[in-house]
Amino acid sequence: MLTKRIIPCLDIKNGRTVKGVNFVELRDAGDPVELAKIYADNYADELVFLDISATEERRKTLAKLVEEIAKHINIPFTVGGGISSVEDVALLLKSGADKVSINSAAVKNPKLISEVAKRFGSQCVVVAIDAKQIDGHWKVHLVGGKQPTDIDLFEWAKEVQELGAGEILFTSMDHDGTKAGFANEALAKLSEELHIPIIASGGAGNVKHFEDTFILGKADAALAASVFHFKEIEISDLKNELKSKGISIRI
Amino acid sequence: MKIAIIDYGAGNVKSIEFALQRLGFESELTSDAKTIKAADRVIFPGVGEASSAMQMLRRTGLDTLIPKLKQPVLGICLGMQLMCKHCEEGDTKGLGIFDVNVVKFNTNLKVPQVGWNTIFNLKSALFKSVEENSYMYLVHSYYVPTYNNSIATSDYGLEYSVALHKDNFYGVQFHPEKSGQIGEQVLENFIVNCNK
Repeated sequence: MLTKRIIPCLDIKNGRTVKGVNFVELRDAGDPVELAKIYADNYADELVFLDISATEERRKTLAKLVEEIAKHINIPFTVGGGISSVEDVALLLKSGADKVSINSAAVKNPKLISEVAKRFGSQCVVVAIDAKQIDGHWKVHLVGGKQPTDIDLFEWAKEVQELGAGEILFTSMDHDGTKAGFANEALAKLSEELHIPIIASGGAGNVKHFEDTFILGKADAALAASVFHFKEIEISDLKNELKSKGISIRI
Repeated sequence: MKIAIIDYGAGNVKSIEFALQRLGFESELTSDAKTIKAADRVIFPGVGEASSAMQMLRRTGLDTLIPKLKQPVLGICLGMQLMCKHCEEGDTKGLGIFDVNVVKFNTNLKVPQVGWNTIFNLKSALFKSVEENSYMYLVHSYYVPTYNNSIATSDYGLEYSVALHKDNFYGVQFHPEKSGQIGEQVLENFIVNCNK
């Protein structure tokens, strides 16, 4: 049976992990490869690397890092952050990334999704959508959730599916950072209306939140950052507990 | 041991090269017919869409070369699908090595299937030291039904083939290079234990 995926997300700036991580076994707390390896060895199902650098050198630095990750990690990983052209995608895939995550650029230029899907296949196209509720309606936000748009979450999700997205990474800005659980109602609606996998993001605080997002939110995968980096939740404990609740999980 | 990875512009092939490196094997990424023919092992990767991948094979003449190879050949993911008779995706004529058609999942489950699923009914040296119900990473919308050349199956709404073997040709639907240590074991088995 296909299993639900647990995905740690690492923020990267200038080739280094950004947020402080609380791993005593790390010799270098800023080394994304070392951290990724620990997660892979502890049965993380996939990894996401989100690049937030803003320097001119960013493309080269990121490509170099992606190659280092691919050399050492034997599970799939996605790279996102500032991807705005087919050339950006080509460079990252060539360096060893399995998938790319496209966010704001897809809203500004939806054709980018179909171009990437056509050239490299839908399997490598994750469209990231940040959204938040305004007067009870889920609206897509850009630039890391800072810039609101008039676009409806569910309509946009359907459109990206039609354009060739292979998966959707949905982050609820209302839940992100709260550690109060995922946006399960919106997630369930996405899963019911779409046929591609949905990755839940924003709000992970405890094990029950993961259980809820897989059952109530019908999510295919769940992504989190700080709860894993600060060892508030150990991936192996999380997976054992989810499995004991009857959820299909790889251990 | 010379290992050739067939390069015809198919997505992320670096990962296969790196996985082999982790196992201590050097490999060459190539589209050169001579190099491919001379290799001890040939890996035929593939991600993306069937008809455009087949077009690239035809353009480089690899479509006639691959079925004639005599050494062990391993098709991965779309590579395995292209070794079959016909792919429903893009109504594509395949290489015809495996006498079976590739069809689209017709299920109320999510398509594509993305993630880790168990494999079972394991046969052949390709799965030496691999336990029944091991997890492998898969991404696909089309599948090969079970038939007499199946050497492993999985379940996604129905039981289907995740590995094939006929003569010197092997195919796996999952990504051994992305399936942790167990996946690497399959790659190692192909190099070390699959002599024919």
